[in-house]
Amino acid sequence: MAQPLVKKDDDRDDEAEYSPFMGIEKGAVLQEARVFNDPQLDPRRCSQVITKLLYLLNQGETFTKVEATEVFFAVTKLFQSKDVGLRRMLYLMIKELSPSADEVIIVTSSLMKDMNSKTDMYRANAIRVLCRITDGVLLTQIERYLKQAIVDKNPVVASAALVSGIHLLQTNPEVVKRWSNEVQEAVQSRAALVQFHALALLHQIRQNDRLAVSKLVTSLTRGTVRSPLAQCLLIRYTSQSASNSQGGDRPFYDFLEGCLRHKAEMVIFEAARAITELSGVTSRELTPAITVLQLFLSSSKPVLRFAAVRTLNKVAMTHPMAVTNCNIDMESLISDQNRSIATLAITTLLKTGNESSVDRLMKQITNFMSDIADEFKIVVVEAIRSLCLKFPLKYRSLMNFLSNILREEGGFEYKKAIVDSIVILIRDIPDAKENGLLHLCEFIEDCEFTYLSTQILHFLGIEGPKTSDPSKYIRYIYNRVHLENATVRAAAVSTLAKFGAMVDALKPRIFVLLRRCLFDSDDEVRDRATLYLNTLGGDGEVVETDKGVKEFLFGALDIPLVNLETSLRNYEASEDAFDINSVPKEVKSQPLAEKKAPGKKQPTGLGAPPAAPPTTVDAYERLLSSIPELASLGKPFKSSAPTELTEAETEYAVNVVKHIYDRHVVFQYNCTNTIPEQQLEEVSVVVDSSDAEEFGFVLSKPLRSLPYDSPGQTFVVFEKPEGVPAVGKFSNTLKFIVKEVDPNTGEADEDGVDDEYQLEELEVVSADYMQKVGISNFRNAWESLDADLERVDEYGLGPRESLAEAVNAVISLLGMQPCEGTEAVPSNSRSHTCLLSGVFIGNTRVLARLQFGLTGPKEVAMKLAVRSDDIAVSDAIHEIVASG
Amino acid sequence: MALSSFRDACPTVKNILLLDSEGKRVAVKYYSDDWPTNNSKLAFEKALFTKTMKTNARTEAEITMFDNYIIVYKFIQDLHFFVTGGDDENELILAAVLQGFFDSVALLLRNNVDKREALENLDLIFLCLDEIVERGMILETDANVIAGKVAVNSMDPAAPLSEQTISQALATAREHLTRTLFQ
Repeated sequence: MAQPLVKKDDDRDDEAEYSPFMGIEKGAVLQEARVFNDPQLDPRRCSQVITKLLYLLNQGETFTKVEATEVFFAVTKLFQSKDVGLRRMLYLMIKELSPSADEVIIVTSSLMKDMNSKTDMYRANAIRVLCRITDGVLLTQIERYLKQAIVDKNPVVASAALVSGIHLLQTNPEVVKRWSNEVQEAVQSRAALVQFHALALLHQIRQNDRLAVSKLVTSLTRGTVRSPLAQCLLIRYTSQSASNSQGGDRPFYDFLEGCLRHKAEMVIFEAARAITELSGVTSRELTPAITVLQLFLSSSKPVLRFAAVRTLNKVAMTHPMAVTNCNIDMESLISDQNRSIATLAITTLLKTGNESSVDRLMKQITNFMSDIADEFKIVVVEAIRSLCLKFPLKYRSLMNFLSNILREEGGFEYKKAIVDSIVILIRDIPDAKENGLLHLCEFIEDCEFTYLSTQILHFLGIEGPKTSDPSKYIRYIYNRVHLENATVRAAAVSTLAKFGAMVDALKPRIFVLLRRCLFDSDDEVRDRATLYLNTLGGDGEVVETDKGVKEFLFGALDIPLVNLETSLRNYEASEDAFDINSVPKEVKSQPLAEKKAPGKKQPTGLGAPPAAPPTTVDAYERLLSSIPELASLGKPFKSSAPTELTEAETEYAVNVVKHIYDRHVVFQYNCTNTIPEQQLEEVSVVVDSSDAEEFGFVLSKPLRSLPYDSPGQTFVVFEKPEGVPAVGKFSNTLKFIVKEVDPNTGEADEDGVDDEYQLEELEVVSADYMQKVGISNFRNAWESLDADLERVDEYGLGPRESLAEAVNAVISLLGMQPCEGTEAVPSNSRSHTCLLSGVFIGNTRVLARLQFGLTGPKEVAMKLAVRSDDIAVSDAIHEIVASG
Repeated sequence: MALSSFRDACPTVKNILLLDSEGKRVAVKYYSDDWPTNNSKLAFEKALFTKTMKTNARTEAEITMFDNYIIVYKFIQDLHFFVTGGDDENELILAAVLQGFFDSVALLLRNNVDKREALENLDLIFLCLDEIVERGMILETDANVIAGKVAVNSMDPAAPLSEQTISQALATAREHLTRTLFQ
């Protein structure tokens, strides 16, 4: 860019060297600050020193506490000078130093004197400084002056007081609220900026009182507002009240529309933007706003063009048709010097364009892409992806465009955006598949990003074998084995094997290729090749690959990797092979917080340190299998999160974990003794199951001894009908023998006393029979289940706090895992679909699709569709909802 | 959709920056806690400078989006003026603040706007910043008024603002020029 700097080269050396602050050094300037103490002040010199101090602070230099205090005290001497310029610098310096409360006192009287000075400039600045450094006590002293200042005839003084009021409102709201009358008067001021500041303060004082705001807005929209800034505020307040008032009636629309004819551009724009953001705006209401924005598009000022195109871009998301009138102006913006404007224009066009304009648009974009930054390119790629999904017939030109830009230079994020887009198009537009796969194949021929190569190879392995001519991809894949790093080579081997497993005709050729990989330099590559050759039967004869083998090699892993890792760590080499089915499928919940006894622990007096509390599902399993009576029950289907049965800070802390088995329920009571002077023995829980008819008591396993602050467990076992999700309430009483402990020796007394302690009730609910098992692709899983086993019904959920509250209530009632983030309900939505998955007792997979809708004010209705492998389970889920 | 929650009820300026042609600080003022340390401020300035240095913002103010901020900027000689606002701010209001800053500096430096002159009159630049925005709230955007308030320096301290004839004369003299700048 040519710089219009004349004579730059000639004087360059001098100019670059010269700066009044060259070689400036903090210590020296602090020394210089001693001139502030001179009996004969030199205002000019003092001003220069302050400027130097401010310069240092501005460059990021900091003063130590001592230095700051010293400078502050020196500076206060300058109040003696009558020099106006010096006084201004003095004010600035005090603001920068932000003195502490005890320092503030020193300058308070000087500033208060200035606040009442005849000089307007002194008054205005003293107010700003004082309000900046003041605290609550001082504020009440100067309140009277501030109220006067608000209605001062000098606008600068009034503005200073009003703006200070806006900031003070944060810290001392009760004081500032008393100024309402004065502020109200200032709103009527003839000075433009005073009116703006007064309006801002008045609105903030009243913002929690909707009626008052609405009154204020109504009165002002009828009156005259002089300042464009104040007018902008009014537009914001207006649209706020409009969005707060329910119903289609828009009393303020006429005002907003009137503002579109204001003479200040900032007001016109503020109004146009406000109209486009009205909730449920109609196209008739939009039209005038779009018209003024369209005029802005051809303005000579970049800021105006940017503001307009950014707003239109947002409108295009919700009302694409309303923006189409601007398309011609937008197209000319593609060549705009400002690339932000050009990108916004293009993405808007992509949203509003119709099918016939796609080709022309793509041509223009191709020229444009070469000279914008990656961040803009990503935005464009994403816009093109959604355009292609909108007009699937145009996939050919859009796919070509994507593959062209894929070949050009670009960073990882950009390339990833393109690859992701192509993958999505291949998935959603069947016609685009073969073409798209070939583009991806060509891309990995020359791809510098390992991550992208492996992702594409994996994707090829899934989609490639299903195409009409799978053999044409083999060459691209096998080339990777020769030319790439080990990670990519390993991925390529897996992909080859997938082709071999799925396409019998290709088997002999694949085996030849895989055998060559046996001599690879990397062990992972060799291992994979060996595994595939053995399992796919590469020893000679070509047989159809067994379904089990395919499932084993290429099936999705439906267990959380974290759980697999812990299980593998716990696995000890023995006769039994590792069983993948033993890995819990439950998504791990938060580690439970074991209740710690308050008070200081005595490390010696209590013997061994407390055993680490069991925290995970496997830990439970280990604990249960270590107790002979419980080990015989088998493997628990699910263990619940612990429920507290005591209040916090009580003598004994007890929580319960429910272990659900096929035919039994085990309650594990985790007990903690929080009294240092006591030891409990023979601790057990007596459970009354009279409110749980289907359960029968089997046994209770007491805890021999429970010393201070060392958690222990006692168990109670109930049996129940097999596979039935029986529910019921149980009341619990803790029974034990108390023995006194000698605090000195730490030994317990011989004699103990029987005692009881009442615990809270516990409940076995339907959700206890449901494992939270997440799945990654709900739609596939849903369709893989037999539609005949689907049960659909509708329920009225009655009045609810909100849609989100109703959704959460149903999720926790069912105890299932929400999928694909559908548990989050966008605020203000009137309907919501939630997808849940889980495994019900008896190892039956269950999927549920819940559709919620608001039927009346706060009234929620739900449509529940359940699919599972067993129709009885689908019915059971409906029963849970019906009875919950 | 309630837009009240998304938009500051009051137009807010996040910072005003005056950098030189190498991106170094001449004078900066931050009004927001978005950049808590000097290093985060410097990083922002550096990134912003690199992003904008190649654009031509000499005849008209330019604008960009960066890090979820809206930044309007204008260059003259070896000085780069920036005003930053939130990404939902009215761009034209920010542009008005920039114009006010830019023109008042031009008035105060008697149209010799370059780095050397700015550093030599750094006290005026600091006072100028102080008169434009107070803790994020816009105080004044009219360059004549801003420059008038700053130029009070040489005035008789007893004279109230409204009667400062010399400053008014100065303002009037520049008015013609400013009008054309505002177009």
